[in-house]
Amino acid sequence: MTDSAHSSIDPVAIERSREERIRIDAAARGPLLHWLASAVFWLLLGTTLALAASVKLHDPEYLANHAWLTFGRVRPAHLNTMVYGWASAASVAVGLWIMARLCRAPLRHGWSLHFAAVLWNIGNAVGTWGILTGGSTSLEWLEYPSGTAPWLLAAFAVAMWQGVDMMRRRPPGHIYVSQWYLFASLFWFPLLYATAQVLLIWKPVAAPAQPPINWWFAHNVLGLWFTPVGLATAYYLIPKVLGKPIHSYYLSIIGFWSLAFFYAWNGMHHLIGGPYPAWLISVSVAASVMMLVPVLTVAVNHHFTMIGNFRALRWSPTLRFVVFAAMSYTLVSVQGSLTAIRAVNRVTHFTHYTVAHAHLGMYAFVTMMLFGAIYYMMPRLLNREWPSAALIRVHFWSCAIGVLFYWGTLSYGGIEQGLNLQKPDMPFLDIVARTLPYLRMRTWAGVLMTVGHLAFATSFLLMLFGKARATSTPTLFANPAAKPNPA
Amino acid sequence: MHKATILFIGFLITFATAWTGLVLLPARHYNAQAAQLPAASSADEALIDRGRQVYQANGCLYCHSQQVSPRHFRRDQERGWGERRTVSSDYLRDKIALLGTMRTGPDLANIGIRNPSASWHSIHLYDPQLTSPGSTMPPFRFLFEPVKDGAVADAFALPDGTRVAPTADARALVAYLLSLKHSQGEPPDAFEPPAK
Repeated sequence: MTDSAHSSIDPVAIERSREERIRIDAAARGPLLHWLASAVFWLLLGTTLALAASVKLHDPEYLANHAWLTFGRVRPAHLNTMVYGWASAASVAVGLWIMARLCRAPLRHGWSLHFAAVLWNIGNAVGTWGILTGGSTSLEWLEYPSGTAPWLLAAFAVAMWQGVDMMRRRPPGHIYVSQWYLFASLFWFPLLYATAQVLLIWKPVAAPAQPPINWWFAHNVLGLWFTPVGLATAYYLIPKVLGKPIHSYYLSIIGFWSLAFFYAWNGMHHLIGGPYPAWLISVSVAASVMMLVPVLTVAVNHHFTMIGNFRALRWSPTLRFVVFAAMSYTLVSVQGSLTAIRAVNRVTHFTHYTVAHAHLGMYAFVTMMLFGAIYYMMPRLLNREWPSAALIRVHFWSCAIGVLFYWGTLSYGGIEQGLNLQKPDMPFLDIVARTLPYLRMRTWAGVLMTVGHLAFATSFLLMLFGKARATSTPTLFANPAAKPNPA
Repeated sequence: MHKATILFIGFLITFATAWTGLVLLPARHYNAQAAQLPAASSADEALIDRGRQVYQANGCLYCHSQQVSPRHFRRDQERGWGERRTVSSDYLRDKIALLGTMRTGPDLANIGIRNPSASWHSIHLYDPQLTSPGSTMPPFRFLFEPVKDGAVADAFALPDGTRVAPTADARALVAYLLSLKHSQGEPPDAFEPPAK
């Protein structure tokens, strides 16, 4: 790893490298904590909205008398607070911290990131308020009304500039694969967002061209923003926690460029069977199947790095979240490639299966990866240890079991729903009735994930306000030195 | 050349290829088609447009699609959702193509043909259980207001005897729903041959 490889023998160099890391973390502390604390706030709000939306799907009278709480407003408010408020803000914090570490460039002009965090929060507040009061655009993943984008773009421009500034100050030589992903995503996200805002909201193109642009955007927010940040995190933290380099440099190159090329073409698989010429859909089906190349490349690379070290999952909270997330990435991506095949899609499209798939991506992969990164970052930013291993354990198991239960039940229910939609003699309301048990189970899964989020937020706040453990040893699930019980 | 510069050019090229194929080409193609479209206006246009905004504001699209799949692909046409598949030019006159991605509720591409009754839609929006028992659609009671008897033409009586009338938003929404006739008539191009 960049931090340690150059200093593996010389004790003076080790000390210098340690001091350098301390300087980098100290410079990042204020601004990145601002972004992280904001992210945790939006996570809790997004969770509340998620639970309300989930209950409404099986109990339509629940909170039904207020326009601002109707399902069609609560659902997009949930999605946007999670995508922009939680996941994007956490990605900015995690991404810039890893960037500073790998570029060995302490963050400068911290005030600009404080300012950007304020802009980002105003944008999310304006957008969420806008959706709940009837201003939703009804463009999926872009529901924040038109006044929101300038706030978000201005805030992100600061983050982008900070990333570029770090890249410019890095010492000459090797650029680690995490830096490629982060450097790229800092440009890709604003290009995606600005394109979508201009062509769909400011000066809308002709109506038939809107859904392709909408899904080009929505799929690439995952593919070219959250996925690069998530993979950069895995590529940084797995070797860090294990203290060994990544398995193959060459595989990581193939993985990066094949992702950059194929992911960008994926979006039209959301329009299979839709009113479009075959080439437009087929190019995305082909690109979606080709995603097997970067996904399996990354999976093999991470697996061979982990091999012989799986016992570390017993004691390291960070590694447990990160490896769960990395495995989910493989799972959700292979599932995505298969779902893009027309024969599968004719059944699964238009059903709850898609919602389950989206949560396997945005939650089991992206969100769990961000949790893992935050567990690693916070003790280093604050020079304190997490208050309680038990709270972290509750967080991990509630969220891991919750999201897998969510995915399993809703996928199964969605396939059944899709098969029933293909039976023209089955009355529509019978199809609806048969989805209800799965929708109720999804609410229970959501309750479990909420428990996890509350445990996480508790740890986070205790950490932030100095109620951490008075110790110099890290908070782990188990003592790594202890031999596992032979029984 | 600087290593980071080469990377940067690579990011832009990969991004630009898909941007050209999936953003630029569809935008140019359909903008050109829309520009050729003869102007058409109906007296109700302002009302329908307001209704579309109510549809968007309240997120109807999260449960209702507005597209009819090809005959060989899904059974939409046998379900009675449209007499032919919808094609892209069916949406040329729309301001926004609300194709949707979920069918928690039935497709609405041709709801104006399938169910042209304004009063049915009004009652259904007020409380779906009155017309479709077992539906999971939320009630939109907040789009209605109580009235004294006889005062409003499109008011209706509830099972408990009280009378309610649609607000201007609800009237606009119903007008919008009744205007949805996406696969009416022959396909505007040779996209799919008409049914034999």
